Amino acid sequence: MSEAAAVETHDRGAVHADQLEPSLTPGNLGKLGMWTFLAGDAMTFGAAIAAYGALRINNPNWPTPADYLGITTTAIMTFILICSSVTMVEALDGVQHGVQSKFRMFMALTVLGGLLFLGMQAFEWHHLIGEKGMSIQRDLFDATFFILTGFHGCHVFGGVVYNSVLLIRGMMGKLPPQKAGLVEVAGLYWHFVDLVWILIFTFIYLI
Amino acid sequence: MTTQAAISGYEADHSGPNYIAVFIYLAILTGIELGVYAMGLPHVAKVGLLVALAWAKAVLVAMYFMHLAMEKKALALIAIIPVVLVTFLCFMLLPDLTTRMWTKFDHKIKVTNPAEMGAIPVAPPPRPLPQQH
Repeated sequence: MSEAAAVETHDRGAVHADQLEPSLTPGNLGKLGMWTFLAGDAMTFGAAIAAYGALRINNPNWPTPADYLGITTTAIMTFILICSSVTMVEALDGVQHGVQSKFRMFMALTVLGGLLFLGMQAFEWHHLIGEKGMSIQRDLFDATFFILTGFHGCHVFGGVVYNSVLLIRGMMGKLPPQKAGLVEVAGLYWHFVDLVWILIFTFIYLI
Repeated sequence: MTTQAAISGYEADHSGPNYIAVFIYLAILTGIELGVYAMGLPHVAKVGLLVALAWAKAVLVAMYFMHLAMEKKALALIAIIPVVLVTFLCFMLLPDLTTRMWTKFDHKIKVTNPAEMGAIPVAPPPRPLPQQH
């Protein structure tokens, strides 16, 4: 085989670097990883809400949620989560621009919002279990309510821990603008928790 | 300026989204939801409106707080796939639901001995309302 023919054969089988997808880099790996996790998590919540709908449609004696659940309390909880989403994006803005005081203040408010939400949920559960006799073992209405809101509450708790760790890192001066991606990824998780609650509030409480 | 441009802020100065505008829209939509809930509309209309409002809020959060509106389309695909799959899941549940409802309401079926017909679910009696304190 001549040298020219060998080069041509080699080129035909070669894949040039510019034809490939760019490699994952530390700059986008966290965001992609979080989005992939959230897609799986969304499937879990979606399946749970779909199962709730199927059970409810099949049961003609399904109670009216408002007869048992407090709409006012949960409307306030919804508002708190929406507010905490705003404080989260402001915290991200602070760390992106290197304004550490802004980051610390708004991240602390985000954590506070999560804690307030959890506190109100604990109060609601205490009221429902203690005074209205609801129990996860009683019937499907109670079981689906506690499973869906409980699973979401676990996510809020996880978000509070996640955000608290970032807040502590910020207070220790370990979150320069170059590390803003960490806060952005945490923000994705926190906003997802807010988004899921918006759907739970409608499907479980209002409808 | 369009609503989308007003939220994104891109038309004005190409900076990030106007998060306060998103927050105001979300608060207004939540207020409308509570209004629809309290208005005493027919059940189907109420459910349709509430679901539409909830999805509008969810899309606002995903597009602007989660930055999907500014991200590459590949990332949006990752976000959309679960929505599509859950929609399929709901349609997959439909045959079961419609069959059960047909069995429940079709009075042409004469069941002489329920035990021979297999497990036809009998709805439990309605649960009592909670006592008001």
